[in-house]
Amino acid sequence: MDAWSNVVEIISIVFMAIGAFFIFVGGVGALRMPDFYTRMHAASLTDSAGPIFILIGLILHTDSFLVAIKLFTVLVFILITGPTASNALASAALLAGNKPSLAVKQTTAE
Amino acid sequence: MIEIFNIFLMAMLVITALAMVSSRHLFITVMLSGIFSLLVAAIFLFLDAADVALTEAAVGAGISTVLFLGALALMDVEETARGERWVRVSSLVVVAVTTIALVYATFDQPLFGDPNAPINLHVAPWYIENVPVHMGIPNIVTGILGSYRGYDTLGEVFVVYTAGIGVLSLLGDPVKNRMNRPVQNHGLRHYLIPRVVGRMLIPFIILFGLYVQFHGEYSPGGGFQAGALIAAAIILFAILEGENRALNVIPMRVLYLMMASGALLYGGVGVATLFMGGNFLEYTVLGSTMVSGQQWGILLIEAGVGLTVTGVLITIFHAFAARSNL
Amino acid sequence: MAWVDYFHYWVFAILLMIGFFGVIAKRNLVKKLVGLSIFQSAVFLLYITMGKVEGGTAPIYGITDNTVFSNPLPQVLILTAIVVGISTTALGLSIVVRIKEAYGSIEEDVIHEKDRVE
Repeated sequence: MDAWSNVVEIISIVFMAIGAFFIFVGGVGALRMPDFYTRMHAASLTDSAGPIFILIGLILHTDSFLVAIKLFTVLVFILITGPTASNALASAALLAGNKPSLAVKQTTAE
Repeated sequence: MIEIFNIFLMAMLVITALAMVSSRHLFITVMLSGIFSLLVAAIFLFLDAADVALTEAAVGAGISTVLFLGALALMDVEETARGERWVRVSSLVVVAVTTIALVYATFDQPLFGDPNAPINLHVAPWYIENVPVHMGIPNIVTGILGSYRGYDTLGEVFVVYTAGIGVLSLLGDPVKNRMNRPVQNHGLRHYLIPRVVGRMLIPFIILFGLYVQFHGEYSPGGGFQAGALIAAAIILFAILEGENRALNVIPMRVLYLMMASGALLYGGVGVATLFMGGNFLEYTVLGSTMVSGQQWGILLIEAGVGLTVTGVLITIFHAFAARSNL
Repeated sequence: MAWVDYFHYWVFAILLMIGFFGVIAKRNLVKKLVGLSIFQSAVFLLYITMGKVEGGTAPIYGITDNTVFSNPLPQVLILTAIVVGISTTALGLSIVVRIKEAYGSIEEDVIHEKDRVE
């Protein structure tokens, strides 16, 4: 039983580290990408892949079943609202006239 | 180890505040103020203030950003003028001198986290010890807010109500402003994904708001947070479906009734305890024992607070949204 | 590491002065309101910081086994203060909206010019 709980600890730490890595990548991408849409795509990592791994790591880490259920509910809500926010942002930017840079290049090439 | 995280969060707070004050584009400032409020809420959580963190996140990061955006929609978003040079330099000098004076004063402050600081020795141990004895509820903050410092909360409910009345008298009744304009406001109805997801989420947000309202005695929560959450759900509905439909769903009469009846409920509880033989806002006379009376009193006044805060925040949003010329 | 103990108070002082600079030096009325809200948040930070007890937990019985609680009294005061702060911000914003409609601009210099001309 003790060995099993040690294994679960290690798995949860690995998951949280992967989640932290994804959020770091999202942050670096949001700064370094050339265009608004590519930046937003990178930043949306912090809404989808990052919380999935971090929250699964936390669910594995906790002892109480109630806390695990609450964390799972938080994960479901983040997964529903995060990509919606990114979609709304991209639609708003497109309607405001902010064209993706690659699209402009293609039309001028033709 | 937690300290390092706190220091990191506070450094980000200072950077965000500098960016807010120096940015020329007001839209960026408002978005940064949402981030600022969320960082402050995280710092409050690290400083063991769970109720305050919930309130700051709901009210500061949620409602305040919406109010600023609603006001910004009515005016231009670029800051054009720059103060004259002597104003900026003299302000910087005043600010620098005051900062040095304040930092010099902080060396006399009690050390951070000292359990023997004067602030922790006066009334606080008595409150901590007596909330479960007098009221039987686990949340000490709600006990103090509702009962021991009930007058302050009464004043606060009336301040919120006054702000609602003030905004209405400055910006006019939303329904009358809307009627002068024949243009239908469709909100975001042509955007499919936000509309579907938003409509799916609104019942859950209201449910969570009700949960926070009634669990204020057992976990962080209470009337203010619940009012802000339910108001945020209705504001989301108004943004997604257009303001006319939102005003059809919850008409202004209902909002006026909510605003006034919350404050009336709070004051009414106080007057009722007067008639039942106790002092003003002495909840002990409301029940058969002291504990049950106090719990009844706190339940009723938190309901009053939640009603008023919900009504006022939705009213302020409608007042701003109806003033636009679109 | 004594400076860690004082770091919270220094951040409070710096935030207070950033907000104050926004109020007195900026010409835009909405900027002034934003500076005021930063000022308020700095004061909230000071109160909550002073209430923290080392090794304590949130002042709710039964959440953890810890019996040392952080001071609940500053938290009660700041709960009230946050809601009052947003009420005054809302009122200030509606006054700014009316000023914009009356004068056509929210920059202080333009408003003073218009007042001086009339």
